[in-house]
Amino acid sequence: MSEKAMKPDEQSHDLAVRLRGIGKRFPGVIANDDINIDVRRGTIHAIVGENGAGKSTLMKILYGVQPPDSGTIEIGGKQVTLSSPAEAIANGVGMVFQHFMLADNLTVAENVVLGAERLHGIGAGARAEITRISDAYGLGVDPDALVEDLGVGARQRVEILKVLYRGARVIILDEPTAVLVPQEVDELFGNLRELKAEGLAVLFISHKLDEVLSVADDITVVRRGTTVATVDPAGTTARQLAELMVGSELPQPTREASTVTDEVLLDVRGLTLPTPEGRPLLDDVTFRIHRGEVLGIAGVEGNGQAELVEAIMGMRPGATGSVTVGGRDLSGTSTRERRESGIGYIPEDRHRHGLLLDAPLWENRVLGHQTRRPSVRRGLVDRRAATADTQRIIETYDVRTPGPNVPARALSGGNQQKLIVGREMSGEPTLLIAAHPTRGVDVGAQAAIWDQIRIARREGLAVLLISADLDELIGLSDRIEVVLRGRLVGEFDPTTVTPTQLGSAMTGAGDEPAQESA
Amino acid sequence: MTSLDPRLVRLLLGIAAPVLALGAAFAITSLVLVVAGDPVGEVWSTILSPPETRNVVNIVNAATVLYLSGVAVAIGFRMNLFNIGVDGQYRVAAFAAAAVAGEAWLPGVLNMVLAVLVAMLAGAIWAGIAGLLRATRGVSEVISTIMLNFIATSVVAFLLRQVAVREEGSNIVSTRPIPEGSRLPGIPFGDLPNLEIYGFVVVAALVGLGYWFVLNKTRFGFDLRATGRSAPAATASGISVKRMTVATMLLSGAIAGLVGMPLLLGSSYAYGSTFQSGLGFAGIAIALLGRNHPVGIALGALLFAFLDEQSNPLQILVGVSPDIVAITQGVVVLTVVISYEVVRRFGSRLEQRRVAAALESERSAKADAKQEASA
Repeated sequence: MSEKAMKPDEQSHDLAVRLRGIGKRFPGVIANDDINIDVRRGTIHAIVGENGAGKSTLMKILYGVQPPDSGTIEIGGKQVTLSSPAEAIANGVGMVFQHFMLADNLTVAENVVLGAERLHGIGAGARAEITRISDAYGLGVDPDALVEDLGVGARQRVEILKVLYRGARVIILDEPTAVLVPQEVDELFGNLRELKAEGLAVLFISHKLDEVLSVADDITVVRRGTTVATVDPAGTTARQLAELMVGSELPQPTREASTVTDEVLLDVRGLTLPTPEGRPLLDDVTFRIHRGEVLGIAGVEGNGQAELVEAIMGMRPGATGSVTVGGRDLSGTSTRERRESGIGYIPEDRHRHGLLLDAPLWENRVLGHQTRRPSVRRGLVDRRAATADTQRIIETYDVRTPGPNVPARALSGGNQQKLIVGREMSGEPTLLIAAHPTRGVDVGAQAAIWDQIRIARREGLAVLLISADLDELIGLSDRIEVVLRGRLVGEFDPTTVTPTQLGSAMTGAGDEPAQESA
Repeated sequence: MTSLDPRLVRLLLGIAAPVLALGAAFAITSLVLVVAGDPVGEVWSTILSPPETRNVVNIVNAATVLYLSGVAVAIGFRMNLFNIGVDGQYRVAAFAAAAVAGEAWLPGVLNMVLAVLVAMLAGAIWAGIAGLLRATRGVSEVISTIMLNFIATSVVAFLLRQVAVREEGSNIVSTRPIPEGSRLPGIPFGDLPNLEIYGFVVVAALVGLGYWFVLNKTRFGFDLRATGRSAPAATASGISVKRMTVATMLLSGAIAGLVGMPLLLGSSYAYGSTFQSGLGFAGIAIALLGRNHPVGIALGALLFAFLDEQSNPLQILVGVSPDIVAITQGVVVLTVVISYEVVRRFGSRLEQRRVAAALESERSAKADAKQEASA
């Protein structure tokens, strides 16, 4: 391996990857526009940007999944055209996807060899090579272990080994830390440092700024499909990076005077969602939200936030405990009855739960309001009234669309979300559940949605806000509850709490707070 | 392209897909004929020659039956349920109806109405089994309806023996014939005697109208289509997907139960071992071809019936087996799926471009207005 390492001459030979003027258009969207990136050999190069900024498209182009419309790709100083992942691999580019692609019932060696049988056969030669690579980069992978017995971190190392086995000198990692716990993240970063010490180039895609700052040698910021800056982590703070990502001064949700009253609108008692395996997904969750109050739920993803929302919405059979909205006990009622009794629901995944993508906007306006005017009258869908009301939402909530008859799919993420917010605010709800309401939307839409949540609060709704964005939670909430492994573990006052305090509560008492940047 | 009225574009795209599919199907069939060394020109000129009055009646009658089958399948398709079991459902239904009507418990027209209701009920129950299995145990309706087709064949054959009467000197077993007064009179067509279109064609038309109304205008239809488009989104909106699954299968089965009725009430008057089978599978192809649209299904049913009828004289006139149209019909199913997908992608790209263009021009208009205001 080391004989192949870099020649220590001029700069351009030092580059593992050189992207110039990469552009990619999709119908109605410019995914990439004039992307320029230089990845030096023997470095970890991070690409950061908001959801939808064009990172994934860029990586797909570099891995040959999609051809660029314009621009050039140079790998190791040689201009290449990559029209398939096989060609990318042949040129020494490998990719580890966020969702692993391993066969659980095969061994590590079998998984690694699968599809690359020609390199070293499938027998002793392959095993020797796997062991050699594992030792050379400190991956600690046992070729005979069954993949189903491995933890997430080990599986990720198998994926990395797969890529190295195929001779990659440039490794792309798509959000590799999203699935890892903190200790595993540390191990991964150790592995990555080994890789770069051997002269490989690592492209690291992430939006976790602290991690990026701690591990990367160069950071390129992508915003709205184009590269806006490449910075040195040594002289950069997370806040500066975030501002580069969103383009302007970072918008801050600003707090308003309290409108909290004594009247309890949502009363959740002892909500528990057992699993057959033992540890319940929700464990005796009890809280109240008053008229005019925003309750924020903070937590590391996967600690029961999604389950909490779905249990309140009646989408989780088997949930025990009581849910009372506006004095009416909704335990055991259907999702439809709960919606009718005044719950507005902005779901976490708007494409899966919020919209019928191929249906026109006016039909999406009807969705969730099938039993109520103006959408439906006496069992019949009132198209004219629904269309008129969609037009009202389009105007009031500034949904950018040519009209109510275009399919939801044609709209951008931010505009889809504004439509959902408008829809859920229709029909005079008493409780608004907003799960990650500004995830993956542009800054303009984000500000608009924040405004709507504030308006909802002012108008006397109870708002349950779930978010991974701590600034959003602190800026909008009147009270913050932290959820950890399905339990509410602490209540905080957003006027005094700091993100660090929240962070340590979210990871559990005794744990170190999220890692500090170097 | 973008300057055209979007409604017109949508209509053109809607027509383009079946035309493309049929063109491809005809081309592939021709290729088969060429490879087999058969006279391509003569085959097509025979099939595409104008049908005579007698043939027209046959085509309309066959299409009536196929139409009901197509609608039954389409109801499932609109909810992403693949009811392959229409075949078994209509045979169970036709047998049940024939057995009940043959007993003549009710007089005249009432007996006929009873037969139709029994058929719908039997079809619904048979399909409902698959619906329940899907809703409660997660069994794929594709598998269960195929299995139920086999079970239907055996159950009907067994029960037929129990209730059958055998005509003197014949091997054909069948149920007791429906009394004259309970038969559905045909509609005379042309000047030849005994040429009648099934009276049931009116019911078929009403079924088509009802299908359109229920799916497009009612809340139930909205729930059904929403569930078909996205089950998670439907769940989040308050629809009980399980209940909709059962309801849709019941409805699909009830319409499937009608498939055998034109034959039973209009020509055979009894269910016997020679009762026509295989109509449920044609319905799948026709529903696909007609894009689950009530008019589209009607056109598809007419086309299939036309091909069947017009291919009959092929053996005598050209010396080619009429089965050649089965190739055409089979290939249509494949080309339809492909061409609809191609056209759908093209259409959605067009739509996105239109939206982007509309927003762009709006934005620049605003910018212009701002500039003017400041100037």
